Amino acid sequence: MSPSLAMFLGFIAITLWITWWAARRNTGSSAFFAAGRSLKAWQNGIAVAGDYMSAASFLGIAGIIAFQGYDGFLYSVGWLVAYLTVLLLVAEPLRNAGKYTMADVLAYRLSPRPVRAMGALSTLTVSTFYMIAQMVGAGALVSLLLKDAGLSYETAVIGIGVLMIVYVVFGGMLATTWVQIVKAILLMGGTLLLSVLVLRHFNYDLGAFFDAVGHVTYTDAQGNSVTQDFMTPGLRYKPPYGALDLISLGMALILGTAGLPHILVRFYTVPDAQTARKSVVWAMVIIGCFYILTTFLGFGAATIVGRDFIASNGGTNMSAPLLAQALAGDLFFAFISAIAFATILAVVAGLTISASTSFAHDFWTNVLHHGRERHEGEEVRVARVTAFFVGAISIGIAIVLGPNANVAFLVALAFAVAASANLPVILLSLFWRRFNTAGAVCGLATGLASSLALIVLSPSIMKAQAIFPLENPGIVSIPLGFLGAVIGTLLTREPEAERKFTELSVRANTGLGAERATGH
Amino acid sequence: MPDQKPSDDVPHRDQVDAAEWDRLAALADFRALIAAKRRFIVPATVFFIVYYFALPVLVGYAPRLMAAKVFGVINVAYLFALSQFFMAWIIAVLYVRAASRFDKMARAIVDQYRAKR
Repeated sequence: MSPSLAMFLGFIAITLWITWWAARRNTGSSAFFAAGRSLKAWQNGIAVAGDYMSAASFLGIAGIIAFQGYDGFLYSVGWLVAYLTVLLLVAEPLRNAGKYTMADVLAYRLSPRPVRAMGALSTLTVSTFYMIAQMVGAGALVSLLLKDAGLSYETAVIGIGVLMIVYVVFGGMLATTWVQIVKAILLMGGTLLLSVLVLRHFNYDLGAFFDAVGHVTYTDAQGNSVTQDFMTPGLRYKPPYGALDLISLGMALILGTAGLPHILVRFYTVPDAQTARKSVVWAMVIIGCFYILTTFLGFGAATIVGRDFIASNGGTNMSAPLLAQALAGDLFFAFISAIAFATILAVVAGLTISASTSFAHDFWTNVLHHGRERHEGEEVRVARVTAFFVGAISIGIAIVLGPNANVAFLVALAFAVAASANLPVILLSLFWRRFNTAGAVCGLATGLASSLALIVLSPSIMKAQAIFPLENPGIVSIPLGFLGAVIGTLLTREPEAERKFTELSVRANTGLGAERATGH
Repeated sequence: MPDQKPSDDVPHRDQVDAAEWDRLAALADFRALIAAKRRFIVPATVFFIVYYFALPVLVGYAPRLMAAKVFGVINVAYLFALSQFFMAWIIAVLYVRAASRFDKMARAIVDQYRAKR
């Protein structure tokens, strides 16, 4: 058995044990959907960080920096600063006003059925696209990493899908959270170790390291050998539209994070708003350290391994594992690969539970059955069945798309929808008294439709014939989402929604009447 | 209308009458809490958004300034990007400190409400 396979199996064994442990503690909806609201700040903080540091950030960012230098580092910056939006504007009021999902906050003072139906649609769109992106990437990666074990892309995708269904169906939020915590600690440990090894390669001389980054040599598309300063901006985002694309990306990151359903549900797993706040701070410390270290992963791969070698040995996404191999041999390569695998598994599990919760709580119970469970435990049962279907559908789509599909646009899409559809209505329902149901439905619909349409018209899909020149639709779709919400609101009046704003405001700001922990 | 409670977690929160919310919202203490929060959150949000977007705007429209070397190959662009991390952490710390003040104000309101019942 190869060391990679042994470490993969080891991680799977640990996570199945966690699932078994959590399954025995899961009684009732609040335990299944929100881990009994009894996580500690550090636990939830690490889990938030884990949910956020997906394969896209660990493998993707290292790859972009390794290939395009400084421009890749801009992703790292946006991904941390985005948490200020979560911390200052969203986390605490959301915890105080809601129960299990993002739509809880909207339904608090608006007409529950239309806003929950739209909220669930938007949540499922974001989660599914994000998940398919992860699954395709994961399948390609795992089959590449476990080449010697003879694993095909299809087997890898099915294996990942089955595991994530098992975690969610049997272990609920508690198991998902602990899988996330274990993975986040492994990921931080691996990243730190890798960074130290990069520095050791340069005899712990930061000056020598950055000098090397200033002179990276590789073969360009025409086959010429070129030497570039990788610290200089502009290797990825080029005129005429590069600057606008960069700003558009920034908008999607800064506003999208606070609208990602799998991040928002995390704030229901803690006892109160104060703990939610502390957990954001924990997450910011971990996420910030991680993204600063991407300097070493990405530039390390560019200088020590080199673009040409990475390109002919699996492509950009393999930058971090190949760096590990170059620095400390096959065993370390296996360890970093296992961490990448753990990262993917944990993130898809987090996405599955947020999608299932939204379908069961928002759509099944509240839209179809007017907020009543017809019999005890129905909501949890529906969520489990949904998790099964969400998993099966993602496996199917990932297999149909195949390992070479360009999935980067799916992640861009997830952030754009979150920023254009979800965030405007969350903010307006929390802070604008006049806001109403028509505004929420209209805002969600225009945000969702405009980001989908612009992605379809963008170079990601239409290549050279693109009608919309930017890869990131945020700069247009986010203002449209806000505009839709404002116009929908101003065209109608809803005195009940305005009256209940007072109640929401008192509850969001004092925590009076908020859901409490149920314990284990 | 908020959603009805599923059966398994009924007793886990304060039940507050509709008229009580209006009374609480009208309290001077509550209005002071909202004003104090606004005084911190609005300027902090404006600041971080302006500081953050200065980075992509300058990288995109003032590439020569951003590529200027400060020492060795380290340029303005990299230092500015790195400073964003510290900006985010500093605002987070300042917010946590301010928020402990907000917590005290909120607790006073809740205690007052519970004592009256």
